[in-house]
Amino acid sequence: MNEMNAIELKNITKRFGSVVANDHVDLTLKEGEILAILGENGSGKTTLMNMLSGIYFPDEGQLFVHGKETVIRSPKDSFELGIGMIHQHFKLIPIFTAAENAVLGLDKDKKGGIAEVNKKIQELIDKYGFDLDIDRKIYDMSVSQKQTVEIIKVLYRGADILILDEPTAVLTPQETEKLFAVLRNMKANGKSIIIITHKLNEVMEISDRVAVLRKGKSIGTIETKDASVDKLTEMMVGEKVALNIDRSEPVDPKKCISVSGLSVRNREGVRILKDISFEARSGEILGIAGVSGNGQEQLLEAIAGLQKYESGEIKFYDENGNETKDKLISFVPEDRLGMGLVGNMNIVDNMMLRSYRESKGLFLNKTGPAEVAKKIVDSLKIVTPDLKTAVRRLSGGNVQKVLVGREIERNPELLMVAYPVRGLDINSSYVIYNLLNEQKNKGVAVICVIEDLDVLLELCDRIMVLSGGKVTGIEDARTTTKEKIGMLMMDSGKGENE
Amino acid sequence: MSAIIIFIQQAVGQAVAILFGASGEILIERSGNLNLGIPGVMYMGGISGLMGAFFYENSTENPVPFVGFLVSVMAALIASAIGGLIYSFLTISLRVNQNVVGLSLTTFGVGFGNFFGGSISKLAGGVGQISVKSTASAYTATIPGLSKVPVIGEIFFHYGVMTYVSVIAALILSWFMFHTRTGLNLRAVGESPATADAAGISVMKYKYVATVVGSMISGLGGLYFVMEYLGGTWTNNGFGDRGWLAVALVILALWKPVNAIWGSFLFGALYILYIYVPGLSRGQQELCKMLPYVVTIIVLIITSFRNKLENQPPAGLGQAYFRENR
Repeated sequence: MNEMNAIELKNITKRFGSVVANDHVDLTLKEGEILAILGENGSGKTTLMNMLSGIYFPDEGQLFVHGKETVIRSPKDSFELGIGMIHQHFKLIPIFTAAENAVLGLDKDKKGGIAEVNKKIQELIDKYGFDLDIDRKIYDMSVSQKQTVEIIKVLYRGADILILDEPTAVLTPQETEKLFAVLRNMKANGKSIIIITHKLNEVMEISDRVAVLRKGKSIGTIETKDASVDKLTEMMVGEKVALNIDRSEPVDPKKCISVSGLSVRNREGVRILKDISFEARSGEILGIAGVSGNGQEQLLEAIAGLQKYESGEIKFYDENGNETKDKLISFVPEDRLGMGLVGNMNIVDNMMLRSYRESKGLFLNKTGPAEVAKKIVDSLKIVTPDLKTAVRRLSGGNVQKVLVGREIERNPELLMVAYPVRGLDINSSYVIYNLLNEQKNKGVAVICVIEDLDVLLELCDRIMVLSGGKVTGIEDARTTTKEKIGMLMMDSGKGENE
Repeated sequence: MSAIIIFIQQAVGQAVAILFGASGEILIERSGNLNLGIPGVMYMGGISGLMGAFFYENSTENPVPFVGFLVSVMAALIASAIGGLIYSFLTISLRVNQNVVGLSLTTFGVGFGNFFGGSISKLAGGVGQISVKSTASAYTATIPGLSKVPVIGEIFFHYGVMTYVSVIAALILSWFMFHTRTGLNLRAVGESPATADAAGISVMKYKYVATVVGSMISGLGGLYFVMEYLGGTWTNNGFGDRGWLAVALVILALWKPVNAIWGSFLFGALYILYIYVPGLSRGQQELCKMLPYVVTIIVLIITSFRNKLENQPPAGLGQAYFRENR
């Protein structure tokens, strides 16, 4: 090697059960550069970085740090090699100060009390131009200050390779500017930096080179100066793949639900949804596209009545177009065994969660639900020893079939599904697609959140794209292109976070 | 005046066992383990210390009190360490639910105490209580002279060595937790094991060591009770619910050993208050015994109002940690 590489990954593979999170990934970080890693959610960026930080251990592949082959078995190994990771979810102890967090886990050879540590941290703050009050406890800090503490922490530990996992996701534009200034400062001081992001404008602004991951594989690395937003989008979303999902023309679509001006704030007061307006029609599948965490979950929960909203209106309509309050909604949440089903209960009992109110008398009547369960198991070909098996013992695909089966069995007028095929194999996925199509043909209004753009393009009639909690476009799925959807997903809307 | 002095002395006598138990449990809970097995561990410490002393005294003609003291302390420490190890292995390595393991350990420990208590009574001849007078005399010995000084001596120097050990242990624990790097790491493990792990702290090691050492400290509470308070004898279930008082005291002390010192005295005083209030009916006496728990509830309510994060239980308390959990 003539030119020194700070980090080189060769053929790294990591599996979680049957899911391959990283599939023979190669990656190089040169000394003193800022490398951006770009990829959709689930493309394996964070998993890859977690292997550098010692959280996960790769199943296959080699890892070189500063040109030397190394094995990273634990976080300790990682920062002894000078690698510091700033996680997306901060790893800080809320009741400690910055200094206390910085020295956590350090060996005792570092002499001096907390006062000494505070002094060194103040020096770092001055050197790189951070904005931080060192006497404050973490729980008193803003998100951006917490991130600052994370960065200071790894610098204090002597890291010369920094990995930032979606650092700007939680920052306002002004804070992002400050962060970038600090990053440039650190680069000037000889640090090598990896920044994970899916915001293209930031990639263009801060990075020297861009590496793109897609579905766990490395697609390629290019110089940022040769890159364009179009080119990167194409690399990220990939070629369109034909899936052969039957899609019929919507029959007699009628307005079923309209949402107007919907805004939702989360508990921290951050706006998750901003002024969302759209309508969904009976006999039609409306797909929702977007990088996950852009408000999809909150939108479905708001419609299902599980999420309070700050402003806006959700109205339902009957067949004649009159407003009604009486609408049968079925909701298949993303968290199947958390929100959808009770894992320790059997299929029959899980059916009863929906229908127990209908049985009369003091004792439970299980015959009805047992029939329903049997019908669902037969019609959806659910693989289970019997109806009395705890749901959590079934495979992911079968769990999802139980849940979707139960929700469809109610003959809903509006069916909402979130990430229905996540973690499912190809065959189970197609069963689910066909079920959604069936419902559509029956005249049900279907809203589905799906990550896979190929599926969205072939399954849905219309696609609504969410980005930064806003609708960035509603496209006709028959005429739009994958690139167009990809661009809308990346449209940060010049994000005004509040 | 003398009634007040006796009341204080009795309250301190009650406090020491609870203080040992609470100090040990605080150390354990700071590592994120909610060890409800502490009452059982205290029983184990008590009976094992007594057995150690008993066999030592039976093996020689002229038992030396100090040797008996050492033997009983060692026996109590080993037995309670084993209790802590059982708990650690099940909850940390096998990740069994902490409450289930803790409660089982308490049930086990109480039975362990009563079983061997009965066994050594039988060995001793089966008539009445056994007694390890010589060893107990090492526990009950006070500083000559100083303990006779009126008022001051009677209030502060009237106790055996374990009383002072309990206070010193609490002070050392406090200093350790809040003024050393290792203590900082320990608290981090209890607050957020994932964060501690990412910082390079061995979560397993900290949890194991804290739980075993904490159990050993708690076990000394049982030993104190048997040796000094009862004077080297055993009565089945004699230790009563003091173990649970120790667990309650952890909450009252807001997970700070220093607070446990005055808290244990308060609990001890409330625990025996009914004896010193004249003219209480049986029912009123039982109500009086509830006071420590009432105080704990009141403290809980007050701290939840103030809602200061530092006064909350360790955030990771009761949760098993597994690094590759997704």
